[in-house]
Amino acid sequence: MSEPLLTVKDLHVHYGGIHALRGISLEVPAAGQVVALIGANGAGKTTTLRAITRMLKPTSGTVAFQGSEITRLQSHEIVALGVAHAPEGRGIFLNLTVKENLDLGAFLRSDADGIAQDLERSFTLFPILKERFHQLSGTLSGGEQQMLAVARALMCRPKLLLLDEPSLGLAPQVVERIFQVLREVSAAGVALLLVEQNAHKALQIAHRGYVLETGEVVMQGTGKELLASPEVRKAYLGE
Amino acid sequence: MTEFLQHLVNGVSVGTIYALIALGYTMVYGVLKLINFAHGDVYMVGAFSGFYISHALGVEKEPTLAKALAVFVGSMMICGVLVFLMERFAYRPLRHRARLTALITAIGVSLFLEYFMQLSGWFGPASAPFPPGPTPRFFPQPMSFETPDLPLGELSIQKVDVISFLVAVGFMLALQWVVYRTRFGTSMRAVSFDSQVAGLMGINVNRIISGTFIIGGVLAAVAAILVASSRPSINPLMGLMPGIKAFVAAVFGGIGNVPGAMVGGLVLGLAEEYVAGYLLSSYRDGIAFALLIVVLLVKPAGLFGTFRPEKV
Ligand SMILES: Nc1ncnc2c1ncn2[C@@H]1O[C@H](COP(=O)(O)OP(=O)(O)O)[C@@H](O)[C@H]1O
Ligand SMILES: [Mg+2]
Repeated sequence: MSEPLLTVKDLHVHYGGIHALRGISLEVPAAGQVVALIGANGAGKTTTLRAITRMLKPTSGTVAFQGSEITRLQSHEIVALGVAHAPEGRGIFLNLTVKENLDLGAFLRSDADGIAQDLERSFTLFPILKERFHQLSGTLSGGEQQMLAVARALMCRPKLLLLDEPSLGLAPQVVERIFQVLREVSAAGVALLLVEQNAHKALQIAHRGYVLETGEVVMQGTGKELLASPEVRKAYLGE
Repeated sequence: MTEFLQHLVNGVSVGTIYALIALGYTMVYGVLKLINFAHGDVYMVGAFSGFYISHALGVEKEPTLAKALAVFVGSMMICGVLVFLMERFAYRPLRHRARLTALITAIGVSLFLEYFMQLSGWFGPASAPFPPGPTPRFFPQPMSFETPDLPLGELSIQKVDVISFLVAVGFMLALQWVVYRTRFGTSMRAVSFDSQVAGLMGINVNRIISGTFIIGGVLAAVAAILVASSRPSINPLMGLMPGIKAFVAAVFGGIGNVPGAMVGGLVLGLAEEYVAGYLLSSYRDGIAFALLIVVLLVKPAGLFGTFRPEKV
């Protein structure tokens, strides 16, 4: 029995007086696995991801990656271990060009050949990025920015990729495209921890899923189990 | 016509100095959203460092190019270390507190530097001066080494002004290159847009912030040596006025914007010079404040200030 890739144990987060996470525990079992985190607005999904990559400091609880604890590391050290995070709101540097954003995705790498290859792969996944390569990313449409966010997160060759609502507010074809890329990426061995409002799409590609409600995990199971569960269908799939 | 050109020369010469100081304000604001009120005092420390180094090297007896370089580099290093320590020990511990806390700390650091440099027995004269106050010192002239004469006709341009201009422009071009063409510069712009997301790229945000402070401190030292070389009276409160004016220049150009600070400095220098030359010389120091008021009323984001579009 090998260690899970990512283990989150009993995570608590406070925003001032607000107790936003009340003991979240979850696992991403292994490379290539997709884990979906679903739940209503304000359930604590974003907060969970932000605590994992230390964009905020949890009150208590532990996060371990590949068996070693990363709770006290800083964001840039966590990235160096192979955890990429495409944050809520896309996190594109709108004052930089598409090229500069992608370069920053590969900030910690020094293998010029590998970076060039991965850049080509980004262009294959999202051809629009090639056309817009030298433009300021502030001029991109929302969908293009989301593609850039995913492509940029992949530029560090992560072992685990955290994605916060990659489909939010996008046109259906763009959502389709992004999910197709996510499937390819996971097939290539990258583990995904996927936060989605679009529970149906997320659970379809997920090996495992967790349902969050007001800062707690209220249900978990395989993607199929959750898709079939009457509670989930009622609360999150609008049936 | 000669008069007009003369004002132009003087205005550009003052303006490049404001620009050098303004860059420190604007870059630190860019990465931390902090107005470092102690920045004008860093400039003052730069002048005093140059003063002590010049004396140690005997610049007043025999000025040489090598000594002038030593004065520059030494003063740049001292200011670099000073702002590094300032950020590390005064501002960093307060980074996640209310913004006002850091602002008040900056004022505290500023007062500390102004009065620390007046400590008698350390920096001031051995006995307290009368009347009490900051004692002016005479800055030896590191740039009075031999240079060829300039063919200029009626314009009076001092060699030191030409050197100043070239040095200042050289540093600004170098900075422009660093900010827009290097990995450090890209990281700095990323941190200034969103430091948390910059951390997610693997950027060590603290290191970038330290580096930004150091660049600002070094530029302030350069400005100080250039100024003291043509206006040699220096004193512990000399950073106040240039500090305020450079701050106005930074706001005028759009605080956080690097080319904006350069343009802002030049505009302010020229405006002061022409108003003082053609209207009333006693208005000189008022121009900066008039400019500040106009900018805040008409275009609060500054000349190059950008508004960040949000897309869905
Ligand atoms: N910066 C913040 N300050 C205060 N409260 C916050 C902040 N961010 C989130 N919260 C609160 O924490 C809870 C969880 O929010 P979040 O993690 O963003 O939820 P989700 O991503 O699931 O929509 C919500 O009640 C929200 O109001
Ligand atoms: Mg969210």
